[in-house]
Amino acid sequence: MSATKSSDFGLRLRQNMGFAIAVVLFSVVYFLYHLAHPKGFSSQVLVQNSNEVFSLAMLAMAQTVPVLMGGLDLSVGAVMTLVDCLASHVLEGAGWSIFGGIALCLAAGAAAGFVNGCVVVFGRIQPIIATLATGAIYMGLALFLRPIPGGKINEDINWAMTNALGDFAETVGIFDDGKAPWFQFFAGVPTSLVFLVLVAGIIWVPFRRSVTGRTVYAIGSAEGAAFMSGLNIHRGKLAAFTLAGIFAGIGGIFMAIQTSSGNADIPMAGAYTLSSIASVVIGGTSLLGGTGGAIGSIFGTLILKVISFNFRIFDIAPLLQPLFEGLVLLGAVSLGALSILRVKNQLELFR
Amino acid sequence: MIHPADNAFLSLAGISKRYGGVHALNNVNFQCERGKVHAVLGENGAGKSTLIKIISGVVRPDQGTMVLDGQTVNFLSPSAANAAGIVCIFQELSLMPDLTVSDNISIASPPRKFGLIDSKAQRLRAEELLASIGCEDVNPLMRVRDLPLSRRQMVEIAKALGKNPKILILDEATSALTSTDVEKVYAMLARLKAEGVAILYISHRMHEIEALADNASVFRNGRHIETFAKGARNNEEIVQLMIGREISAHFPPKPAFKRPKPLLEIENLSWENRLDQISLSVGRGEIVGLGGLDGQGQKELLLSLFGVLKRVEGTVKLDGAKQELTSPRVAKRAGGGIALVPEDRKTEGLMLPMSIAENLVLASLDELSTGSLVDEAKVSTAVADAIQRLKIKIGSPDDAVSTLSGGNQQKVVIAKWLMTKPDVILLNDPTRGIDVGTKQEIYRLLRELADEGAAILFYSTDYDELIGSCDRVAIMYDGRIISELEGDAINEKNIVSAALNISGNESKGGAHVGH
Repeated sequence: MSATKSSDFGLRLRQNMGFAIAVVLFSVVYFLYHLAHPKGFSSQVLVQNSNEVFSLAMLAMAQTVPVLMGGLDLSVGAVMTLVDCLASHVLEGAGWSIFGGIALCLAAGAAAGFVNGCVVVFGRIQPIIATLATGAIYMGLALFLRPIPGGKINEDINWAMTNALGDFAETVGIFDDGKAPWFQFFAGVPTSLVFLVLVAGIIWVPFRRSVTGRTVYAIGSAEGAAFMSGLNIHRGKLAAFTLAGIFAGIGGIFMAIQTSSGNADIPMAGAYTLSSIASVVIGGTSLLGGTGGAIGSIFGTLILKVISFNFRIFDIAPLLQPLFEGLVLLGAVSLGALSILRVKNQLELFR
Repeated sequence: MIHPADNAFLSLAGISKRYGGVHALNNVNFQCERGKVHAVLGENGAGKSTLIKIISGVVRPDQGTMVLDGQTVNFLSPSAANAAGIVCIFQELSLMPDLTVSDNISIASPPRKFGLIDSKAQRLRAEELLASIGCEDVNPLMRVRDLPLSRRQMVEIAKALGKNPKILILDEATSALTSTDVEKVYAMLARLKAEGVAILYISHRMHEIEALADNASVFRNGRHIETFAKGARNNEEIVQLMIGREISAHFPPKPAFKRPKPLLEIENLSWENRLDQISLSVGRGEIVGLGGLDGQGQKELLLSLFGVLKRVEGTVKLDGAKQELTSPRVAKRAGGGIALVPEDRKTEGLMLPMSIAENLVLASLDELSTGSLVDEAKVSTAVADAIQRLKIKIGSPDDAVSTLSGGNQQKVVIAKWLMTKPDVILLNDPTRGIDVGTKQEIYRLLRELADEGAAILFYSTDYDELIGSCDRVAIMYDGRIISELEGDAINEKNIVSAALNISGNESKGGAHVGH
């Protein structure tokens, strides 16, 4: 009875066209980048790129969840900055206190997201304006924690996280300090890339396959039908915003580790938030909600970032970069809008 | 009142529900049994949908008790009713268009492995359920959005079956199906019936009811009128039970019937599967009514005449000249002008936060402007004229239109279009949710406009209104005009029989399925 495997694959491909295009586009452009780079295909370049991508990729995943639900979260940049400033206070020490600090940072991100969810669910305020307000509050808290940039991060963790797996193993003292023969094949892989994959695999993939995760998709697709199907709408919304807070928090922790300091930089928080929305759209998630996913958003981030990598390599006037990013974004959005051409009742265009 | 049968599985006693001042259900007693198909009959607004919403937990009754299998129940939500085994297949689909078929079918309680959704098991379950209603052609991986309406309806049925219903409610569930699907659904219902499921069947297709139902209950004006066994009543008697009500409004006298020269001519109009070869004409001075059950294509016909629908086939002529109606802006200027008083005044008729004056002039800004600037002097005379003509009760024309009552808001919508001095006036159920006094003013106004030479095409869900105010009535069924009534032939009996398509000229929709 089941349809053939190949036709199922075709069906899934058609359903995830935006995502597939993002993957192919990134792969091609990134391959060209390495070809042109003097140190192309080296661990060093990979590590550098991966570190640059990590925080924005986290924010893009964070943004994906509320967008799937049909909302926008304008506070993700602020939550990241808040956790960044918090981390610069609690990740100084060594040993077990590091774990406590990281747990505290994650809890702070989750709490900020949960508050967003409460304002939206119980305050019945549209996500976009609710998170604009809470985002400003989180920025205020961040400034309170770090009025001027500063603070310190444990040097070992900075070294371990922002280099290749070999350095990570050496610092942590596993796999014969990273010299085990079998390990050499992996030693050049960027640590931050591994963590990116782990976060996606351990948090996002199970969430998507949980009832709560599917509730989020259902809300974004047709909230009334989701209610009529007996789904827990409130729990879905709270979970979506809380998860966004956790992802943004992870982004903040990495930012602190990477820069070895905390900085309540308001313009940067805003820019990160806007880039996260761009990443989500480029990665094939519909702003109307219901379709897409966080893995696509990671590729959206990769595309945005690979543009700037290429600008450095090919020595193009940096002023053209925002223009080019804008064109890519417009192109991505237009692909999603093609279905409008099929609408036969013009009133439906306004609903 | 009927005494509860000993074998009643679900029994409702003294159920009432009010919406504002309107009794949607008034002291209703109702029973249904296991292993029986129970048809629920009634006109638009008779209270059928309120009844099933109460049974399925969507709406809570103001009064009365509901007893299920000997237990008094009080459902707070649809999921509570589902848990008790009451499952409803709603007319408005409860599917999420962006999710796949298998996701939708198992949305509330999917099969799980290690706490996570087991997509393989879920898919198998979807395949089994779809196969049980003969719907193997739907791939469970497809998104619901990409399925045609008839397939979506089958998915909706599969979803309901997946909840193992003890009481299954079908609300017009076959209206979008093809005739082969209808046969499959009949077979499924027969199977469920044999398994002891109680089935409540709401349909406007009398043939289906004849074929399926063991018992039938007639509702009228929120009251339960009568329950009878299959064969105890013939079609004529059933129609009589459904009508029997007093006229509630007074209408201006109609002129002697004569057919004027057509102004608006519609020939072979078709759109998607909603409009099917419609031909109709409306002359100057004529009020033509559109009747029939809700959702038979009346709204689409009006929208297509106002240029809202794309890729409409057929021709529309005004005064003999062919028109290309591509948008409301074009329709407004076509011939002597077309106006549409839309279905939903709050979203399509008015800008609620804007002032009464601003709303009134919105469709005629071109005429009230000098160059590109709006001429305030012309505007204030025009606004004053309109307010006086329609007797709109207002404080100041500068108040927000949202401050007005429903009836006065509707008058603003009508006045707004009269200011464009249209030749053809289309109205989409203009008196819905309006008090009787304002209704009568609207009837008088329509007659005045017709006398002044306008051609009026008027859709109403209220049969009294069609009888009282129209010179001719076209009844639609399944996207076609199946009957045109004029003169004395415009009476309730003819309208209801034509709307239910029981005048013997049944042609499609899978009605001839014997069981």
